[in-house]
Amino acid sequence: MLDAAPLIRFSQVSKCWGSTTAVRSLDFSIAPGQFVILLGPSGCGKSTTLRMLAGLEAVSGGEIHIQGQDVTHQPPGARGLSMVFQSYALFPHLSVADNIVFGLRSRKVPKAEQRERLAKVAEMVDLTAYLDRKPAKLSGGQRQRVALARAVISEHPICLMDEPLSNLDARLRADMRRDIKALQARLGMTVIYVTHDQVEAMSMGDRVILMQHGEIVQDAPPGELYNQPATTFAASFIGSPAMNLLPLTEGLEAAVIEGVPETPVAPLAAATGQLGVRPEDIELRGAGEPGVPATVISDEYLGADTIIHLAVGRHSVKARLAGRQSMAPNTACTLAWRAQAAHLFGSDGKRRDDLAPCNLMPDVPDDADARVVPRLPNVGSFAI
Amino acid sequence: MMLSAHHKLQLYGALLLLPAALLLTTFAYIPTVTTLISSLFLPGFRGAPAEFVGLENYQVLFIDPTFWKVARNNLLYALGTIPTSIALALGMALFVNARLPGRGLVRMAYFTPTILPMIAAANIWMFFYAPQIGLFNKLLGALGFSGVNWLGDPAVALGSVMAMSVWKEAGFFMIFYLAALQGMPPELKEASDLEGTSRWSFFWRVTFPLLMPTTLFVLINALINAVRVVDHLFILTKGGPNNATNLLLYYVYENSFAFFDRTTAATITVVILLTLAIIATLKFTLLDRRTHYQ
Ligand SMILES: Nc1ncnc2c1ncn2[C@@H]1O[C@H](COP(=O)(O)OP(=O)(O)O)[C@@H](O)[C@H]1O
Ligand SMILES: [Mg+2]
Repeated sequence: MLDAAPLIRFSQVSKCWGSTTAVRSLDFSIAPGQFVILLGPSGCGKSTTLRMLAGLEAVSGGEIHIQGQDVTHQPPGARGLSMVFQSYALFPHLSVADNIVFGLRSRKVPKAEQRERLAKVAEMVDLTAYLDRKPAKLSGGQRQRVALARAVISEHPICLMDEPLSNLDARLRADMRRDIKALQARLGMTVIYVTHDQVEAMSMGDRVILMQHGEIVQDAPPGELYNQPATTFAASFIGSPAMNLLPLTEGLEAAVIEGVPETPVAPLAAATGQLGVRPEDIELRGAGEPGVPATVISDEYLGADTIIHLAVGRHSVKARLAGRQSMAPNTACTLAWRAQAAHLFGSDGKRRDDLAPCNLMPDVPDDADARVVPRLPNVGSFAI
Repeated sequence: MMLSAHHKLQLYGALLLLPAALLLTTFAYIPTVTTLISSLFLPGFRGAPAEFVGLENYQVLFIDPTFWKVARNNLLYALGTIPTSIALALGMALFVNARLPGRGLVRMAYFTPTILPMIAAANIWMFFYAPQIGLFNKLLGALGFSGVNWLGDPAVALGSVMAMSVWKEAGFFMIFYLAALQGMPPELKEASDLEGTSRWSFFWRVTFPLLMPTTLFVLINALINAVRVVDHLFILTKGGPNNATNLLLYYVYENSFAFFDRTTAATITVVILLTLAIIATLKFTLLDRRTHYQ
């Protein structure tokens, strides 16, 4: 997957605190210029991974290489990376300018060069008018940009960010997402970006490393993560609302959804696992048509689209319809989806690509390429 | 009489302030004012009324060589104890704030002198300083040096008193520094570590400026204590030998209760109060402007 020599390589890196294991033998490489997202729920070990890379946390086992050098036991300052903290970590007694050039002073960069680089970076992040202010007199977004400027001015090839946007309001966050992405592309930085927000992950990352309980669940580009989730966890973590996961049981000749014995949805071998369908892939049809019979529970209007909550057997399913749709509770209807929209997971929660789900929409021409060509993830409309 | 809601609230506020105001008036303001007044009068002999003499008491005080000697002692005492105890306090706080094993124990050990009453501490140091059996002279003797008369030699007595004060004060100030250090976000250190900033540079560029409010607070406390706390003199030297360790407040005590010269005592007290007031004003005007408060 990587063409260039890896800039960063984790080999079997783990971290324990006493009996708790925060990170369990991580293995991955990052190529120069990549924007890599470490994604996962709170407490899954993202920050720990990032801090071990930065040298702020000692590893319990394994090795970390940067540019081919073993930096596992190097101090943070010798690793050639900069970091944007969630709390920004600005020095409250220093002006914006002094905050930005703090690292240059530590590295004894000549004064004239400091000024030159400061002017350039301040221009880049739009802070030129605020250079004399103290951080306390800045807005959240401006503080965030100071932190960013401090990382950029160092001209380190690697920039680490730990939930840098989580203290901003939603609108600002959307702007900053684009700004950071643009800055990274313009400077060719390698960014490793920690977040628990799937919207940030999908919209910014070239590559997303999804973590759970200190282990990598899936390491793939955003589109693949969305279109081919490796586990039920990946399936439910990406997408909003999350993918519907329905337990399967044995039917007469095929696997069926629990409580809906009449509609075969997958080969018999899938019967012990689960079937996943994204809300946006479900088509609602009239009662009696071929598909999975369902009953409307309620509808939820969200502006750009409507989420319909439905009962299928004893399970609840969400379907997402474009625009404003209203459906009376208790209306009977049928759910249908194309074969490539259905995902099968084994009893261990892992994706099963060896089995082909049934096509519930034989009337719609089957697009054989649809599984190979990933669709663009459809998560943005819930960002704000 | 009907009171509007606003007036009721004001009355309520005033009543809340009353107990503190009453106590302050009784024990601080009234004594201050009477002291000021008595420093302007000479007591009459044999029941004659006191005579107003204006600033004459001050003129007499300012030509008293003992007063100047005591004032000089106090200045030396302040200059000798304040920077030392603050530096020591900061050093100890930085040390016990680090991740060292058993730091709870070390913290407690450093703080112990503070919880001892001054009188008790002075009694312990009496044992250290005692000429024959004292700890220090025993140690010196073991190393082959002759002993020092720590409290009896006018040349070293003030230094000995100062050493004990530093020992007593540093632990107290350390607590303030430690609290301030623990309030500092650890990311600041991490952000600076990532830039390869040396410890020394981080201390002078970040830690020390951020501790400035604490330093000021401690400085003012130390200044006031340098004038206010003389308990140890009662045990260690009683101001001797030949006033070599006499400090202003102890001199006030002597004038008042040993020489029964209340007027001189009142006059010195006013001089002390004025000096402290000037120092406090300087602190609030000059230093505060240059200090970063969060
Ligand atoms: N300093 C620490 N001491 C003990 N446990 C820690 C420490 N830091 C993190 N952990 C634990 O390690 C796990 C991973 O933490 P973290 O990497 O911060 O998660 P995330 O950033 O993904 O939310 C959590 O269970 C957390 O409680
Ligand atoms: Mg975290």
